[in-house]
Amino acid sequence: MRRYWQRIEERLAELLIHTSGISAVIFVFAILFFVLREGWPGLASGAVDLGQMLFSGDWRPTSPEGARYGTLALVVGTFSVTVVAMAIAVPLSLGAALFLSEFAPPAWRETLKVLIEILAAIPSVVWGFIGLMVMNPLIVQFTGAAIGLNVLNGGIILALMSAPIITSLSEDALKAVPDSYREAALAMGATQWQTAWRVLLPTARKGLAGAALLGLGRAVGESMAVLMATGHSVRYPNGLLDSVRTLTATIAAELGESAVGSEHYRALFLVGAQLLVITFAINWVASRLVRGGTK
Amino acid sequence: MSKVAAVVRNAGSDTMVNVAQAWAEEYAKVNAAVSVEVSGGGSATGIAGLIDGVVDLANCSRRMEVSERARAEEKNHHGVVETIAGHDALALYVHPDNPLDEISLEQLGRMYGRGGDVERWSQLGISWPHGEDDRILLISRQSNSGTYEYFRNSILGKRGEFRAGTRDLNGSKEVVSLIASTRAAIGYSGMGYAIEGVKTLRIKAGASAAVAPTVESAQNGTYKISRPLYIYSLEGAAAAITNYLEWILSPAGQAVVRKAGYVPLVS
Repeated sequence: MRRYWQRIEERLAELLIHTSGISAVIFVFAILFFVLREGWPGLASGAVDLGQMLFSGDWRPTSPEGARYGTLALVVGTFSVTVVAMAIAVPLSLGAALFLSEFAPPAWRETLKVLIEILAAIPSVVWGFIGLMVMNPLIVQFTGAAIGLNVLNGGIILALMSAPIITSLSEDALKAVPDSYREAALAMGATQWQTAWRVLLPTARKGLAGAALLGLGRAVGESMAVLMATGHSVRYPNGLLDSVRTLTATIAAELGESAVGSEHYRALFLVGAQLLVITFAINWVASRLVRGGTK
Repeated sequence: MSKVAAVVRNAGSDTMVNVAQAWAEEYAKVNAAVSVEVSGGGSATGIAGLIDGVVDLANCSRRMEVSERARAEEKNHHGVVETIAGHDALALYVHPDNPLDEISLEQLGRMYGRGGDVERWSQLGISWPHGEDDRILLISRQSNSGTYEYFRNSILGKRGEFRAGTRDLNGSKEVVSLIASTRAAIGYSGMGYAIEGVKTLRIKAGASAAVAPTVESAQNGTYKISRPLYIYSLEGAAAAITNYLEWILSPAGQAVVRKAGYVPLVS
């Protein structure tokens, strides 16, 4: 009898774990299904032209001469801000992670980790506010730009937002390198720095790449902060000091006031689908790279 | 404290939310038995609420569309009543360091319109005192705001299009505060949104002299970019609602309009 109950328990536990395991997959597909269900009629009815959407930069959803839904400028805007963010965040976070896991005295480490967690908990609207009220005048003052709401501002804000994630995940990856590696390197006469640079970083590269990519995902998907910090202007940027508009900010700004089921509403859901495809592509390329990098 | 006997639900236009709030507060002193609940959300939100019967008075900074009116009447079996409760003069804001003091409607069109040729401040007959780069930084609103639509219709014409690359902000307040920190910027918002640190331009229409946005100039029509503020309700509404509307149109209610920075009706 007791054995019978044990078996049932076992089964239940298995089922529970199994369900939680596949729930992530179910959610991803449910989201994809929902976004496409809302967006698809726009394409099917011909209201949104796919070619125009992908290859034109003309985003005029309420034009009296006929709405146009070209998203190329928005895609370029998203990527320009993200690239700047990663160029700042990745080296900064790797350095921080190395310091935390290899060089920092234990007392420092604990304090710094708590501080980094606090940084990760700041809501995105607050970051947007910092972009608008603090960074905007600073950028105008130091670069002489006409307006401080631009690619640079958005990039810095996104870098600050994704740095905590990249740092703590990179630290985990470095911590996961067995101590025997460190001991072996030190025994061969390598300095602590040489050990970190030549042994730890190459060994942990898979985890580090994963950390950077999760940070990238955060940056591409962020909306409120970039809406406030980038100037929200549909255009191809010529440099760091030009305003841009991102895919996410467009959805955030326009979905609230577009009538449910209207052409504009459908087009915004198609922008959402586009965003999903972009993040899937990034993850796919990333996992290929990570796998190709290990033997 | 007397007991609240009736609730009036008032929602809609973000442009009007300041004055709607002020009305509600003032009315609480006049008639404590009626409580007025105010919320924003945009003109379209207020109308949707009126159609669905969850809003008694819908504030609207544009005229209700024929299709919207038809849906409201069909669903509620009552006619829709339109009330003009005041006007909003749209002011053009620039930074105080900008030497420009007046601009014509035609110049605004060449500045904001697609294919327009005015891109630099020096093209407006002023010398720009802040260095070589005098490019105009255009600030606009998100494309589904009522203010955006009104500005387009009155400056660029019904079929006009905005120039690409304007900064499209999400609120009247945001426009004004960005201009306060941006020397080369120009933007539009209701005149009630003026703050310390911005300058409003006088507007010139045709051959007549330039006019500053004031209550008087908007009332006598010499200031050209001013629009009515509508409140929509249903026929056969409860007495508490119609009494409130009447009070809004009375001298006491119109005094609130002036105090909130909008243009009261001509008495």
